[in-house]
Amino acid sequence: MNSPLSAPSSPSLDRRSFLRLTALAGGGFVLGYSYLKTAGTAFAADAATAAAEFAPNGFIRIASNGAVTLFSNRPEIGQGIKTALPLVLAEELDVDWKNVTVVSEPLDSTGTLQGASGSTSVPTDYSRLRQMGASARAILVEAAAQTWNVPAAECTTSAGSVLHAASGKKLSYGALVAKAATLQPPDSAPLKDPKDFRILGTRVPNVDNAAITTGKPLYGIDTKIPGMVYAVYEKCPVFGGTPVSANLDEVKKLPGVKDAFIIPAGNGPTAGVAIVASSTWAAFSARDKLKVVWDEGARANDSWADMSRQANELGAKAVDSDSPVFGTAAKVVEGNYSFPYISHTTLEPQNCTVHLQGDRADVWVPTQQPGQVRTAAAQALGLQQNQVTVHVTRAGGGFGRRLQTDYASEAAAIAKRVDAPVKLTWSREDDLHHDYFRPAGFNFLRGALDASGKIVAWRNYAVNFGAAGGGRRGGPGGPGGRGGPGGPGGPGGAPGGAAPRGAATLLPAGGGNAVFGQVAPGGAPGGQGFQGGPGGGGAGGAPRRGGPGGGRGGASFPGSFVGGFANATGTVVSAVPTGAWRAPGDCTSAWVDQSFLDELAQASGRDPLEFKLDHLTAGPAGAYKDRMLGVVRLAAEKAGWGKKLPKGQGMGIAFHSCHAGYVAHVVEVTVAKTGEYKVTRVVAAVDVGSQILNLSSAENQVEGAVVDGLSASGFQSLDLKKGRIVESNLDEYPMLRMPDSPPKIEIHFLLSQNPPTGLGEPALPPLAPAVCNAIYAAMGKRIRAMPFSTADLKWA
Amino acid sequence: MKYTLNVNGQNQTVEAEPDTPMLWVLRDHLNYVGAKFGCGVGMCGACTVHVDGDSQRSCQMTVAEAGAKKIVTIEGLSEHGDHPVQKAWCDHDVSQCGYCQAGQIMSASALLKSKPHPTDAEIDNAMAGNLCRCGTYTRIRAAIHAAAGAK
Repeated sequence: MNSPLSAPSSPSLDRRSFLRLTALAGGGFVLGYSYLKTAGTAFAADAATAAAEFAPNGFIRIASNGAVTLFSNRPEIGQGIKTALPLVLAEELDVDWKNVTVVSEPLDSTGTLQGASGSTSVPTDYSRLRQMGASARAILVEAAAQTWNVPAAECTTSAGSVLHAASGKKLSYGALVAKAATLQPPDSAPLKDPKDFRILGTRVPNVDNAAITTGKPLYGIDTKIPGMVYAVYEKCPVFGGTPVSANLDEVKKLPGVKDAFIIPAGNGPTAGVAIVASSTWAAFSARDKLKVVWDEGARANDSWADMSRQANELGAKAVDSDSPVFGTAAKVVEGNYSFPYISHTTLEPQNCTVHLQGDRADVWVPTQQPGQVRTAAAQALGLQQNQVTVHVTRAGGGFGRRLQTDYASEAAAIAKRVDAPVKLTWSREDDLHHDYFRPAGFNFLRGALDASGKIVAWRNYAVNFGAAGGGRRGGPGGPGGRGGPGGPGGPGGAPGGAAPRGAATLLPAGGGNAVFGQVAPGGAPGGQGFQGGPGGGGAGGAPRRGGPGGGRGGASFPGSFVGGFANATGTVVSAVPTGAWRAPGDCTSAWVDQSFLDELAQASGRDPLEFKLDHLTAGPAGAYKDRMLGVVRLAAEKAGWGKKLPKGQGMGIAFHSCHAGYVAHVVEVTVAKTGEYKVTRVVAAVDVGSQILNLSSAENQVEGAVVDGLSASGFQSLDLKKGRIVESNLDEYPMLRMPDSPPKIEIHFLLSQNPPTGLGEPALPPLAPAVCNAIYAAMGKRIRAMPFSTADLKWA
Repeated sequence: MKYTLNVNGQNQTVEAEPDTPMLWVLRDHLNYVGAKFGCGVGMCGACTVHVDGDSQRSCQMTVAEAGAKKIVTIEGLSEHGDHPVQKAWCDHDVSQCGYCQAGQIMSASALLKSKPHPTDAEIDNAMAGNLCRCGTYTRIRAAIHAAAGAK
């Protein structure tokens, strides 16, 4: 079974090679398939397992008593995948959902495709899991047909039984598994017509609801292993700093403390000081007495105030010599936008439990990337990958934070020094100080309208903040987008290739480039000649996956839909580590783009919706345009766009596509004369393809994206002083609470004829600009800086 | 120090430093992990338990302060997980990641004891101390109304 295979270039595998049927000792069978390890893809860094290999990974188990167990192999981080994917199996298998038990799968022997990122689980797994369920059903039908000596074509299935209408015979799946286990999976198994779906598209409650609502141990932080000790890990508050010495002897005498030691910089985690104790509190308390002398390194004088100043200076120098367009335009609009660093703030702080026993180790971890956890843990432990077992727990939130493996690496390095299972628990302060933050950015925009109100120029000079000259901090979630070269004076080049991982924030020092039409290296979006004609797209990296402030090119908006589009990038050096934050890149670029579009619309004097629809309609034909028009029109219609509202109330619309989903939000706000704003209603129109897997979970994701979008853009901001993050806990880092949550979030799914795609991310980006557009409509003030709580919205 | 605590109707003895927050006594010493650690400063509400019937942040009460007070955690809210609030949470499929929900349920059940039929504003006010990072607030509101109706 483990015969080496060459890496396939596409995921379409021969069914015979990946279906595997295994008889169970106690009767029953497991039907599974192997994910092929594909070298050269996202997991190529995983060198020890980069070679192609087979590893069986069972998904369906049917016992002879009829019990159906479905395995879910994606990390559950709150996106509902543990429930959603088994629904696909159950639908095609044709079993009663109430007879199904869902079990989380540990990391398989390769780890391939077991991540949770980029809203990719559904598009990756939907078709294969349908096929999987259908194949299992076909085997059971064949078993019944042979038992009854009738043609399989005359048999049907219903709720876990095979039926033969002509003879009135019926056998449950459980009664058929012994026979079925002797059969070979069929060459092809017919899939259901989606109109016959009974489970998919309905509202199915989360399979862990009972455990969640009764407080069962589900999360990484709940892990308890006999003999376990508890660890904390202190790192230098200045990024890149290292410990020189610490009062370890004193700390070791504190109650409950078992050990304290420095972990120097090396192959494992960021250098720091570990304290190991008999309980979490003993470790936390001892840490209060810990005194560390740090070598703070080169960035100890960095501050957000200074970085902002540098960004504004770069922006001011970003001379656009394309004056003819602006000189002849009927109207010129300028707007400078900025957004700060923010944290992921998963409510479950980072944690990891490691039990090292000789030459093997077990790791329990809330993660979005179990395969990379194994790599990081093996490296820190000095083990081979196949000596490390990763147990994937439910995660108390992900949002991109748990794409990183820093905490697992720390736990492993501590476990190497301790002769017991050890659980590392981060404090909230650790979490806010040592995140891989959502990138901050400044965007300097200049646009122009001709006399007919058409956009004839759209320039965006984006200033990003990046580490100087290295990839050390570029974590695996870094949304890099290598821009295609844009030729001066002509349309841009082909879309950039796959993003080099970790490249997003790694622009070289001094990368400030004030000349449009040149391409900043690294994660910057590709530029376009600033003489480029109307509609000349082609700028940008891989669509919607560009670095911070990027991803505007390709066939998407605005690059291909407005005249005179150009994008250039500058960089201010920063040591603040950044990573993927829910809808990376898009979560801020959509706010800039859709706010500025609204500025242009307002300048045109036309109804913003009509203005936006006209520019979408005039764009290049294709799925992007059709799907975007679909959601914009649907949201506007459901919201009752155009209704007359008194001053102080307003309605705003924004749209965006990312992660293969298309979303438009209409937001209604009330702005008090004293300046407080409240979102009173959100109408979301969402196109994530032809089929919603679990309607309840899908609605929950959109509701959550709306609240997260409001919270992040409305409240959240991190400051940097003396090279360290200033805010330490939730008293200083406000997040949206129930009184600020919109009373009404109305969600409309537009089922287009496209393959189903994921919903963890696409509903977030257009929320923030819809809020700002609504606030402008309410009282005429344009918000150009996040968080919105800093805006003065008083009016009279 | 040795402390005898009344947790979920049972007297239990633990050995802990007097300044140990009840949260960690519950989680590390008594294996009641339903109360969650989110911030340690009383700002997130994930550690909410009932103390003599009122909701309280277990990270803000030390084991020494607990004395003979009756502490109820999510594990002790109902015998079979069928408290009206727990049922409403399942019926409304409230959870996303679920990490905050034990705390939300403890706050909501305490609210309904004092105000059996709260208004939206009363719910917002009573629940403002419980963060949900995933943003399930509209479902929490609906579930509380449903639980109020079911009582």
